[in-house]
Amino acid sequence: MTTASAPGVPAATLVTSEQATAARAGTPADATARRGAGPRVRRRGGIAWLGLTPFAAYVLLFLAVPAVIAVGSGFFDASGHPTLANLAALGDPSVLRAFGGSFGLSAASAVIGAVVGALVCWALAALRPDGIVRSMIDSAASVLAQFGGVMLAFAFIATIGTQGLVTAWLVSTFHWDLNADGAFLYTVPGLVIPYVYFQVPLMVLTFMPALEGVKTQWGEAAATLGASRFTYWRRVALPVLAPAFCGSLLLLFANGFSSFATAAALISQGGIVPLTIRAQLTSETIIGLQNVAGVLALGMVVVMAVVMTAYSLLQRRAARWQR
Amino acid sequence: MQYKRTLTGLALAAAAVVTLAGCSATSSASTSSSDANWKTATSAQGAGGMDALAKAAKAEGQLNVIALPPTWANYGKIIDRFTKKYGIKINSANPNGSSADEVAAVKSQKGQSTAPDVLDLGNAVLQQNLGLLTDYKVANWSDIPTNLKDKDGAWTRDYTGLMSIGYDSSKITDAPKDLSDLLGSEYKGKVSIAGDPTQANQAASAVYLAALENGGSADDITKGVDFFGKLKQAGNFQNVLPSQATVASGETPVVVQWSYNNLAWGPAAGASGNKNWKTVVPEGQALSSYYSQAINKDAPHPAAARLWQEYIASPDAQNLYLQAGAFPSTLAALQKSGKVDEDALQAAGGAPKDSVELTDAQVTAAAKVLAAKWSSTMGS
Repeated sequence: MTTASAPGVPAATLVTSEQATAARAGTPADATARRGAGPRVRRRGGIAWLGLTPFAAYVLLFLAVPAVIAVGSGFFDASGHPTLANLAALGDPSVLRAFGGSFGLSAASAVIGAVVGALVCWALAALRPDGIVRSMIDSAASVLAQFGGVMLAFAFIATIGTQGLVTAWLVSTFHWDLNADGAFLYTVPGLVIPYVYFQVPLMVLTFMPALEGVKTQWGEAAATLGASRFTYWRRVALPVLAPAFCGSLLLLFANGFSSFATAAALISQGGIVPLTIRAQLTSETIIGLQNVAGVLALGMVVVMAVVMTAYSLLQRRAARWQR
Repeated sequence: MQYKRTLTGLALAAAAVVTLAGCSATSSASTSSSDANWKTATSAQGAGGMDALAKAAKAEGQLNVIALPPTWANYGKIIDRFTKKYGIKINSANPNGSSADEVAAVKSQKGQSTAPDVLDLGNAVLQQNLGLLTDYKVANWSDIPTNLKDKDGAWTRDYTGLMSIGYDSSKITDAPKDLSDLLGSEYKGKVSIAGDPTQANQAASAVYLAALENGGSADDITKGVDFFGKLKQAGNFQNVLPSQATVASGETPVVVQWSYNNLAWGPAAGASGNKNWKTVVPEGQALSSYYSQAINKDAPHPAAARLWQEYIASPDAQNLYLQAGAFPSTLAALQKSGKVDEDALQAAGGAPKDSVELTDAQVTAAAKVLAAKWSSTMGS
């Protein structure tokens, strides 16, 4: 009687139509009865999709419509006539430089964030999953991955700005001025430092599930077959983790590429695409570039679409090992 | 499941009602203003006089202003005084916005009760958007010099500053005389301007001044861009947006910007200012740039908008500009009538003798140079 799911029902009657219906409907039936059959979920037709309506409406109103309007504005001139002339902006040296700055900043902060974040994950994987350190770092990562914008900018001005605590301490202790060649924080390469601050926690959040998917049994099996630790990592663990790592790397790139507020609070002279778009939309001196901003937005959308498509392909591959 | 659909339907209906209500709540004030139609009035005189204007404005009860930072040219006090004097509430939107933001708000909020009533625009943006404005002549129209107003009253200049160097005297011991002093080694990593010249008029004016000082002219500002290129190469240019806070903390020890902002961020700001902050108007040719007051032709509070114009041109508000170190457009008339705040005028360095202001054509030509050269010269 121990395997019976319904008390009082003889084991022989377990596989009844009632039981099968319960399993199809996705209720937690006896696992042993279903093993090997795979999860069977009855598609709920009809009105279930209505539950998605608020979310869909929200995405449509606050993401899709503004994006289409913004990008669409690039194909009109100031008086509202359709034109392709604005596309010429994509060949403008200052715009190309801004895209270069954005790529460099996103790539550098993504690579540093991914490597550091993966190492943190690796260290965390050795700890008890329900231990206090793990749960603290998990929740800290969730919070810090969202800690961007003006608050982050001012946190860094206060630490490594020209008057910053760390700057002053470095000068007094090591006689080394971080900002000897001008304030490093207020340059595009300098933005990598605050960006890494929110990239590492995001890496921990996205990469940790993949690392948890690596079963200890695999290592034991490899050792039983005579593989060294190195061979195990090279032939088993790294190939399994590679798609997840690359996927997370792309997500970090996209995250850096689309960031605006941190950079806007720190640097005053352009340098990356979102700041160029702001300049074009709000300029008091170079008038009539409002519609060109739409073309730059299009450029950003294309980059993001490519990155996110690659990300979802990699995620699909990575998910194979995370059941 | 059936009740879920009903709930969704209800929620949608509720959302629709709220949205529609929002749309229909557009200015009812403009239609209710009594006898005179202030929406088209081109002077107080022609539509019942100042008292009638003040009364109609009070009936509207509100005034929407935009892009007026409280620490910029004394706007904090000007707004307070207006509210106190006329009992009209001022809604100050996007105080740190640019002139372009003002125009964008006029266009996007057209017909809504939240649209800006009055605008304070830089010249380049003003010239591109004359179609958004309406004519109005203030009572003391004759106090404003002819070259500082549109002949029909579409806009009137309100105040200007002179490009100046503000510096922290606890860090810079020898006062700079002109911009070329800023190339010296003691200014390493210390000099900033108020934004990106391809974006902000104030920052672009720093480049214009550099052109005037370095053998360039108002017609060709290339030499000004070259100067900032040299400043960057010397490692002296600091790529951060200065604010009253960065000046107070010492993060930005040298700022090239309008004199009224440098003056406002110094000892005049009290505890939130930098007591060591000094302001120098460089020797040689001075550079000015007036801002212009104008009324949105679709202003949701047309009487209050006109009353604001009257107040801005009045000696009261004009002296408030002066107290912040900005030179008001009626300064000569104020001096003549003896209504000028002499102490404030002295503190601002006396009336400017002669200053260059770029014409519309020169601003357009300068914009082309900035677009082509600035980011490649300063690119990091």
